[in-house]
Amino acid sequence: MAKIVFKRPKYLKQAVFHYCPGCGHSIIHRLVAEVIEELDIGERVIGVPPAGCAVLAYNYLDVDMGEAAHGRAAAVATGIKRALPDRVVFTYQGDGDIAAIGTAETIHAANRGENVTVIFVNNGVYGMTGGQMAPTTLLGQDSTTTPGGRKSSRDGAPLDLSQMLTITQGSTYIERTAVNSVKNIQQTKKAIKKAFQVQLENLGFSMVEILSPCPTNWKLQPTEACKWVEEEMTKIFPIKILKDEIDRRRIDRSSSAKTQG
Amino acid sequence: MKNNKTLMRGSHIIAETAVRAGCRFYAGYPITPQNELTEYMASVMDKTEHGTFIQAESELAAVNMVIGAAMTGTRAMTSSSSPGVSLKQEGISFLAAQELPAVIVNTMRGGPGLGNIAPSQSDYFQATRGGGHGDYRTIVLAPATSQEMVDLTQKAFSYADLYRTPVMLLADGMLGQMMEPVELSEPIKLSDLPAKNWVLDGARNRPSRIIKSLLLDPVIEEELNWKLVRKYQVISEKIPAAETYLVEDARLVLIAYGTAARIAKGAIKKAREQGLKIGLCRPLTLWPFPKQILSALEQAGKEFLVFEMSTGQMLEDVQLALCKRDRIHFYGRPGGIVSTPDEIFKEAVALYYRQQLDRG
Amino acid sequence: MTEKTSKGKIVINPELCKGCYLCISACLNQVIGTSGTLNQKGYYPAEFLGQSPEGKTCHACSRCGIICPDLAIEVFREE
Repeated sequence: MAKIVFKRPKYLKQAVFHYCPGCGHSIIHRLVAEVIEELDIGERVIGVPPAGCAVLAYNYLDVDMGEAAHGRAAAVATGIKRALPDRVVFTYQGDGDIAAIGTAETIHAANRGENVTVIFVNNGVYGMTGGQMAPTTLLGQDSTTTPGGRKSSRDGAPLDLSQMLTITQGSTYIERTAVNSVKNIQQTKKAIKKAFQVQLENLGFSMVEILSPCPTNWKLQPTEACKWVEEEMTKIFPIKILKDEIDRRRIDRSSSAKTQG
Repeated sequence: MKNNKTLMRGSHIIAETAVRAGCRFYAGYPITPQNELTEYMASVMDKTEHGTFIQAESELAAVNMVIGAAMTGTRAMTSSSSPGVSLKQEGISFLAAQELPAVIVNTMRGGPGLGNIAPSQSDYFQATRGGGHGDYRTIVLAPATSQEMVDLTQKAFSYADLYRTPVMLLADGMLGQMMEPVELSEPIKLSDLPAKNWVLDGARNRPSRIIKSLLLDPVIEEELNWKLVRKYQVISEKIPAAETYLVEDARLVLIAYGTAARIAKGAIKKAREQGLKIGLCRPLTLWPFPKQILSALEQAGKEFLVFEMSTGQMLEDVQLALCKRDRIHFYGRPGGIVSTPDEIFKEAVALYYRQQLDRG
Repeated sequence: MTEKTSKGKIVINPELCKGCYLCISACLNQVIGTSGTLNQKGYYPAEFLGQSPEGKTCHACSRCGIICPDLAIEVFREE
C-alpha cells in the first residue's frame, strides 16, 4: 500500500505553470502555497503580484489577489493592509519591480513598519521583457542592455536592497535564501513561514529575498543556472539572515503591555 | 450662525465632506496649494473609527495606496495639485481598468512644469482626456462654490461606487483657500452602503477573486474596453449637469467653470446693469460634458464666449459640442493669473458690440 | 540481479515535465533518467527508472519533488 508523501498543495490551482524550464518562480509559488496551507490562512490572504514573469501568479495561487502596476506593490499592499488589518497581505516582486522602479515604495513600506510580507525573487535580470539589466545584475554579467558585461562606470554596481532595508526601523525580519538546491529550497520555505508569522504577530515588516535561477535569460541549462546562483550570485548576495528583531519586538510589545496593563 | 451653516475653508470642506461621505482611507503628499486638505485629513482620520491617513512617500505611492484600499471596498481618496496629479496618471488608468471606485482631488495651480502656486485651470485636458494611458474616461466634477464642494464631494463618492470608476474633483487654488458659509452633509452610516461583491478581503466561504488589468488576449482586452464604453455611455446619459444663469434672453453666453465662472458672474452682473443681455452656462460635469444644454443654447441663436484660466482647453469640448464654429469665441489667462470681473466685463462687452449683438 | 523491494516510488507526469532535469541532479540514488519520447510541448520528459543502473531504489525522500519547478512529480512511500 503506497502512501503519497509529496503532492500539489491545496492553494495551488491545477493550472500548468507558464514559467520556463528550471525557473525558480514555480518552486517559490509552491512554497508560498504550502506555507499558506500549513499556517491555515488561505481564507485571510490577499496577495499582490508583480509586473514581470510572475504577474500571472494569480493563475496559480488560489487566494484573493490584486494586481499592482510595476513597482507599486508595496504601496498597494499598504492600502490593503491598512484598510483590513486582520488579513494577511503579501507582495511577490521581482528584482526590477522592487529595487528599481519600486525602490521608494519598498523602502517606505519597510520604514513605516507596514505589517506586510514581501517575497522578493532575485534572478538578476528583467525576465519577462527578455533579459535586460536589473539592479541586481552582477558586474561583468551579460544582459541585453549590458552586452559584454555590466560595467560599473556606465551602469553602477549591483544594488543590495535587502541590506538597505535593514537600517529602516520598521523592518523586523529580512532573510536571503535561494531555490537552487533542495537544502536551500527547504530553508526558503522556513524563511517564508517565519516571515508570515512576523505578520501574524503584528511585529512589523518582513521580507524574504530568494535567489532564483533564470536559465532562459542567463542562457544556461537549468542545472548550470543553479550552479551559477551558488558560485556567482552568492558572492554579492550572500545567503543569510540580514535582520532578525523578532524576539526584541516580542519583548518590547510584552513590556509595553505590562506598563499599560 | 442661526442656521446650520459653518464658515470653512474650501480644502477643509472637501476633506470633512469626504469623511462624512464614508471615506475611510486617505493618502496624500504635501503640495501647495492643497496642503490644508492633507493636513485636515491627518487630524480627522485619526479620530475616525477605521479611518486611515498616510502621508505617502510620493503622489505616485499615494494613488497606489488608494488602489489597494479601493480593492478592499473601502471608500478611498487622494488629493494633490497639478504636477502631483501628473504623477497619479498611471494610477488613474489602473483604477479605470480595474473598475475600482476612488476619488482624486486636483487643486489646480499654474503650469506646465513646476509652474507656480496660483490658481489656474490648465489641467482640463489632463482630467478629461485621460492623462493616463489607454481608452478610458474619468468622471470630472467642477465645483464653483463652497456649498458645491459639499454637494460634489458627496456625489464623487456616490458615482465612484455606483459606476466602479475613478472620479476627479477639479478645483483650483482659489476655491481651496476661500471661506464661505456652508451647510455640511449628514454623516452616512457605512452599514447603509450597498455591499460590494467584487472586493478582495480574503476568500472565506467563497472562491478566490482576482482584480487585474493585464488581459493578454486581445479579444478579452477588446471586450473590457467595450464594457467600459457601455458604462461611460450610461454615465453620459445620467449625470451631465450645468448651471445656466440669465441665459433665457441672453444674446451672448459666457461659458466658464469653477473660479472662472465666479469671475464671469461678476462681469455679467455689471453688464446687465448696463442693459447688455449676457448670461452664463457653467458646466458642473466636465466629463461627461453637458453637450445637450449647450446645444440647446446654440439652437436658440446665442453667441458664446468661453473664458478659462488657461490657453483654451474646455474650448475644444465646446467646439465639439456645437456646430457653428464662428459663434464661439475665447478669452483665456493662463499661468495663475486671476482675472477681475472688470477685465472679463470689458472683453464680453467688446465682443458683444463687435458681433453686433445689440442689434436685432 | 535480485529485485530489491523499493521503499518508495515516484510518478512523473510527462505532460507537466519541461525537461529541466533538476530532479535527476537532485536524486541521490540515480533512479531518474530521461525518456526518449517527446511530450506534447516538445520536451523529452524525465522518467522514473524504478532502479538505478547500480541497483539502487527510490527511498521516497522527495528531493525530486521538492526541486521540480512544475509539480510534475508525486512521491509515494510503501507502507
